[in-house]
Amino acid sequence: MAGSGTAHLRDGADPLLRVEHLVVEFPAGVGRKVHAVSDVSFDVVEGETLGLVGESGCGKSTTGRAVVQIPRPTSGSVVFDGRDLTKLHHEELRRIRPQIQMIFQDPISSLNPRRRVTDIVAEPLVVWGRGKSAEREVKVREAFEAVGLDYDSASGRRPHQFSGGQCQRISIARALMLDPKLLICDEPVSALDVSVQAQILNLLEDMKERYGLTMVFIAHDLAVVKNVSDRIAVMYLGKICEVASADDLYRSPRHPYTNALLQSIPVPDPEVPPAGENLALSGELPSPIDPPSGCRFRTRCPRAQARCAEEEPIIREIDPTHFVACHFPVMEEAGEGAGSAGGRLFGAQAGSSAADEGSAGAASDGPASEGAASAEAASAEGDSGVAVDPAAPPYSAA
Amino acid sequence: MSYRSARRRASAHQYPVYREPTGPLLEVIDLETHFRTERGIVRAVDGVSFSLDRGRTLGIVGESGSGKTILSRSIMGLLPRRNVTRHGQVIFQDRDLTALSEAELREVRGAEISMIFQDPMTSLNPVVRIGRQITESLRHHLGVDKEEAKDTAVGLLRSVGIPKPERRFDEYPHQLSGGMRQRVIIAIALACGPKLLLADEPTTALDVTVQAQILDLLATQQRDRYMAMILVTHDLGVVAGRTDEIAVMYAGKIVEKAPTTVLFKDMKMPYTEALVQSIPRVTNSSHTRLRAIPGRPPDLVNPIPGCRFAPRCPYAQERCWVDEPPLMEGVNPGHTYACWFPVGTTEGRAALERNQQQGKPAPPAAALERKGA
Repeated sequence: MAGSGTAHLRDGADPLLRVEHLVVEFPAGVGRKVHAVSDVSFDVVEGETLGLVGESGCGKSTTGRAVVQIPRPTSGSVVFDGRDLTKLHHEELRRIRPQIQMIFQDPISSLNPRRRVTDIVAEPLVVWGRGKSAEREVKVREAFEAVGLDYDSASGRRPHQFSGGQCQRISIARALMLDPKLLICDEPVSALDVSVQAQILNLLEDMKERYGLTMVFIAHDLAVVKNVSDRIAVMYLGKICEVASADDLYRSPRHPYTNALLQSIPVPDPEVPPAGENLALSGELPSPIDPPSGCRFRTRCPRAQARCAEEEPIIREIDPTHFVACHFPVMEEAGEGAGSAGGRLFGAQAGSSAADEGSAGAASDGPASEGAASAEAASAEGDSGVAVDPAAPPYSAA
Repeated sequence: MSYRSARRRASAHQYPVYREPTGPLLEVIDLETHFRTERGIVRAVDGVSFSLDRGRTLGIVGESGSGKTILSRSIMGLLPRRNVTRHGQVIFQDRDLTALSEAELREVRGAEISMIFQDPMTSLNPVVRIGRQITESLRHHLGVDKEEAKDTAVGLLRSVGIPKPERRFDEYPHQLSGGMRQRVIIAIALACGPKLLLADEPTTALDVTVQAQILDLLATQQRDRYMAMILVTHDLGVVAGRTDEIAVMYAGKIVEKAPTTVLFKDMKMPYTEALVQSIPRVTNSSHTRLRAIPGRPPDLVNPIPGCRFAPRCPYAQERCWVDEPPLMEGVNPGHTYACWFPVGTTEGRAALERNQQQGKPAPPAAALERKGA
């Protein structure tokens, strides 16, 4: 999964945001580094929504924050509206920031508990000295109305007097005050109930329409991401593994990891049995301090072969809107079977109970050696005809 | 053997270890939990009844604020000491838990009924090694010695899918990821072989991939141990494939209860329908508009007189604002629902059609007055 490469960038289009070879590393003491984001590239054209999806720790939030330069990435370029943000000085960057706004995961803690919500929403206008006090109130009133809150009953109240869903509406209103071009939503609905989640997702779609926004939508739930996105990039351990249009990605997932993510979504239908322990993704994310060699997904991949440990797969085109970084992509057509829960394609992944690969958190295992061992095991299982369809030859780039 | 464990062993003989099952394992009868607050009495759980047999799984579903967490805490007796009133009965193995003293309850909790809480990050003690957090209840309830407790604990860690359990035994919670911590919490809950496991939003704080692993683990353990389980969640998708029966809660009451397959095939309560429809489906094409439930759960201080879902219900008629519907028997055995105009019936269809054509009837003045009072 290592998905370096830029095959999925669109040359013809003039993207609003183009991120190339983005690398973000954090020091982890004694000369070690956390490889949070390793050589990620993507672009977003105007009016489009790009979904970034992956598990916790895959670097999706770090990627979102690196776009706004908090913190500045280790290397790579972030070209927004023709200007490379990584090259800008502090004041120049500050002047561009109103055009890029963010919405965060926890709606309640992203609002200052001691201020009135109307002041919180007006704050961006105050900071930038836009309008007189009366004009500001008109603008705030309009934003409240747009996100479905009543200005008069909300004014004077503080964040704790609102529910989580309402606080997220307030955050959205605040993000829209400066008429941004790009909105980065970092897990905006994962702290909310399903019923409220639907309200907020609908609201984001409305706001996108009304204010002509371009969005980067970050979440771990593929069903949520698919609902709002035009194009989806699947991330794993700091790399991109698959980029495709939202419907394509679901209809024919090519990367084994995408497949596993699709299987993990609970289906609200008792007739569809859960994927089961041996089908869902087993194990845990390896440590980003010492990521596996070659393809970073190989330690958990049911299709992994010896080659995956040696050579990093580069993103390549499968069809004009579908790109994958895998040596042995899933080529079976999900076809009609997709009606169930999104192509449950793997054969049983032999043996292994839930977590062989537990180099969790800051545990000081040697993940590399363990990883190699289990990759061998995995490929042995693969040879016994479990996961790899011999009829599907390794796909060679078109 | 310490004095305490000796006493424990002796007292164990006073109770039959295993009694031939007669009735249901757990029977909750008209349970009410009310909190006294500055604003008035919050009716968090307002007359809930259900029963659960051995080895069965019940899902309790509802939005935040529907009272589902307070219900599970009321069953366990884990409520604040002040400003709470609890009425009704919680009969567990022929004993009424609401009548037990705190000391007696402590012998039931952990040993016979265990609970898993939502947040795996905060349910473990950060300064105590994982091993001791598991052996604590083993030594307390079963009175086993240190060596034996350690062996059992390592076995438990292995059974919940933790790699290298011997080493994890001596580690601290911060050294584990969220999913691993939730596995440890499950190991603690299962340590004494409880007959009933209450899982309160066990996967809400976790990623979808880890969620699937944890739910599978719970299902396996529940099957292998022939343990009854109550799975509390806001996501109908989570309980769909993994429960025998589902109770839908709204504003402190059970509004629909049915065997899982019946509930999904033949739901009667508009609230259940709305919950199902609000889930984003991966099968829908992108930018499909979700059918959100308008508004928010009602205030539990001044509940409206009629059906509590009426203000948000697309089927609501004038009668719904005045008369509160009782739980009615459905066609299928075990199906009960509280609705005057159920989904999929002639009355329901007529009501929905009427509302779509003429707009929803406004609440009668009387209902508003009483609400404001």
